[in-house]
Amino acid sequence: MAVAASETYAGPTWLQRNRMIVTPILFLLPGLLFFGLYVIIPIFQSFNISLYRWDGLGEATYIGLANYQELLTDRNFEISLWNNVRWLALYLLAIPLGLGIALFLNQTVTGIRVYKSMFFFPFVLSQVVVGLVFSWFYLPREGLLNGVLTLFGMEPINVLGDPDLATYGIIAAGLWPQTAYCMILYLTGLNAVDPEQVEAGRLDGAKGWKMLWYVILPQLKPATFIAFVVTIIGALRSFDLISIMTNGGPFGSTRVLSFYMFEKALSEFGFRMGYGSAIAVVLFLIMLVFIGYFLWQMWYDEREARR
Amino acid sequence: MFPTPIQKRSRAAQISYQTLLPLALIMWLLPLIAVMLFSIRPMADFSAGNYWGVPSSFELFANYGRVFFDSDMPRYLLNSVLITVPTVIGAVTLSCMTGFALGIYRFRGNLLIFFMFIAGNFVPFQILMVPVRDLTLGLGLYDTKLGLILFHIAFQTGFCTLFMRNFIRALPYELIEAARVEGVAEWRIFWYVVLPLMRPAIAALSVLIFTFIWNDYFWAIVLTQGPNAQPVTAGITSFNSQFVAQYHLMSAGSIVAAIPPVLMFFLMQRHFIAGLTLGAVK
Repeated sequence: MAVAASETYAGPTWLQRNRMIVTPILFLLPGLLFFGLYVIIPIFQSFNISLYRWDGLGEATYIGLANYQELLTDRNFEISLWNNVRWLALYLLAIPLGLGIALFLNQTVTGIRVYKSMFFFPFVLSQVVVGLVFSWFYLPREGLLNGVLTLFGMEPINVLGDPDLATYGIIAAGLWPQTAYCMILYLTGLNAVDPEQVEAGRLDGAKGWKMLWYVILPQLKPATFIAFVVTIIGALRSFDLISIMTNGGPFGSTRVLSFYMFEKALSEFGFRMGYGSAIAVVLFLIMLVFIGYFLWQMWYDEREARR
Repeated sequence: MFPTPIQKRSRAAQISYQTLLPLALIMWLLPLIAVMLFSIRPMADFSAGNYWGVPSSFELFANYGRVFFDSDMPRYLLNSVLITVPTVIGAVTLSCMTGFALGIYRFRGNLLIFFMFIAGNFVPFQILMVPVRDLTLGLGLYDTKLGLILFHIAFQTGFCTLFMRNFIRALPYELIEAARVEGVAEWRIFWYVVLPLMRPAIAALSVLIFTFIWNDYFWAIVLTQGPNAQPVTAGITSFNSQFVAQYHLMSAGSIVAAIPPVLMFFLMQRHFIAGLTLGAVK
C-alpha cells in the first residue's frame, strides 16, 4: 500500500516548484513586450536609420557616417544646439523660483490651500495652451505685456518677432508651469521638515538664510533631486512650446534639437529620416549623460535602502 | 515649521502678507486672466483697439457657443477622451503587473529590468519617432486612435512601473509571506492581497496619466492627421487656422481644450499631488 501511495504522489508539479520565477516572468511579459516593441527596439532602430539616406518611403541607401559629417557643418544644427544649452541653463531657474514660492506659501492662514492649488495649476495646462496663452500675452498690439509696458512709459517690444529675444520669451513661458511643478515638490518637502531640528536651529541662533541653507535645504534634498530630474528632462524635451509659439522662427532662431529633428524628418522641408535620426541620436546622447547620472543616483539609494 | 509662522510675527507683517497673497496670485496668473478676458469680448472690441478696457458687450455665451457648434472642437474633445481613457486603463493595468513582479520577487536582472523601464521613460521622443511612426504605418494604424493609444500605453508603462514598483516595495512584506505560508497561489496573492492595497496608487496614477496623455501634442501630430483621430491639443491648431486673428474665439477654444485636465486636477487634487510627489519625500 505504501508503495502505491508514493507512486501516485509525484511531489509538487514543475510549475509549483518554479513558481517564484515563473510568476514574475508571466507578470512582466505583457509590459515588457509593449515597452520593448515601442520604446527599446526603436532606440536601436533610430541609431541604424541614422546611417542611411531615406525619405521614409523608397529604398534606404547606406551612407555610413555621412549624416553626422553633414551635422558638423550645418549652421542650423549649431543654432539648435546652442538654444538647447540656453534652455538647460535657464530652465533650471524653475528650481529656486519654485522654492521661493513654496516658502512664501508655506503658512497656515485661511484659504492658503486654495492659493496653493491656484499657484500650481499652470502645470496642469497642456504646453499647447501655455504656448498660446503666452504668444497672445506677447502680441505686439493686443498683448497684455506691451499694455503694461506702455502703461509704465516703456517702448513696446515684439518678443516673438525678434530673433534675439524669441528663445528667451519661449523659455519664460516654459518656466511658468515648470516653476509650479518645483513649487509643489518643495511644498510637500517642507511639510516633512522635522520641526525639532528647526527649533534646535532657532535655539542655536540660526535665522533666515542661514537656517534655510544649513537646516532646511539638506532636508529637502529628495525634493531637489526630483526637481532637477524633471527640469532637465523637461528642458531637453521642449518641443510643443516652440512649435506653437514660433514654429522655429523668426529665421530659425528658436529651433532646438528636438524641433529641428522633427522639421528635417517630418515636415514640408523634406522627409530626411536618416538625417533626422542623426539629430535624434545626438539629442539622445546628451540626454544619456543625465539619465546615466540619475540612474546611478537611484541605484545608490536602492543599495542604501537594502542595508 | 519654516519660515516662521506668520501668526508669530508682528501685526504689520501679517497684514502685508494677507495683502501680498492675492496680488502675487494675480501676477502669477496674469497671462491666463488676459486670455479669459479675451474670450468674453465681442469681435468689435478688437477691431476698435479696445483690448483691455471695459468690454462693449458681454459675449461669453456667443463665443463659447461658436466653439461648440461652429467648429470641429467637440469632435476633437471626444477623440481626446477616447484616446485618454483606454490609455489610462491599459497603462495602469500593465504596470500593476510589472510593479508586482519587480516589487515582490527577487530574481536575477530584477533591478536591470526596473532601470530599463526608468531609462526608457526619460529618453527624448525624437529617438523613437521614425521607427514608431513606421511601425504604426506598418500595422495600418496611422491616423487612428488605436495607433496612438497603443504607443501611449507602451510609453507610459515605463513611468507607471517606476511608480507602482516603489509603492509595492513600501507595503508590509509580511502580508505576502503570511499568505504564502497559508499556501495561497501567487496570482491569488496578487489579486486578493496586493491589488486591494494598491488602490491609492492606482487612483493617483490614473489622474496623473490622464493629464499627461490629454496634454500630449508631439505624438498626436506624428501619428495622426485629421479630425477623425486627432486629439484636442493637435486639433486646436486647425481650430486656430479656422478663426485666424479672431482672438475672442481662439482664446475661448483653448480654454475649452484646457478644461478637462484642470477639472480633473481640482476634483482629484489629493491624488494628483500624491502621485506627482511620490518619491520626493521619504
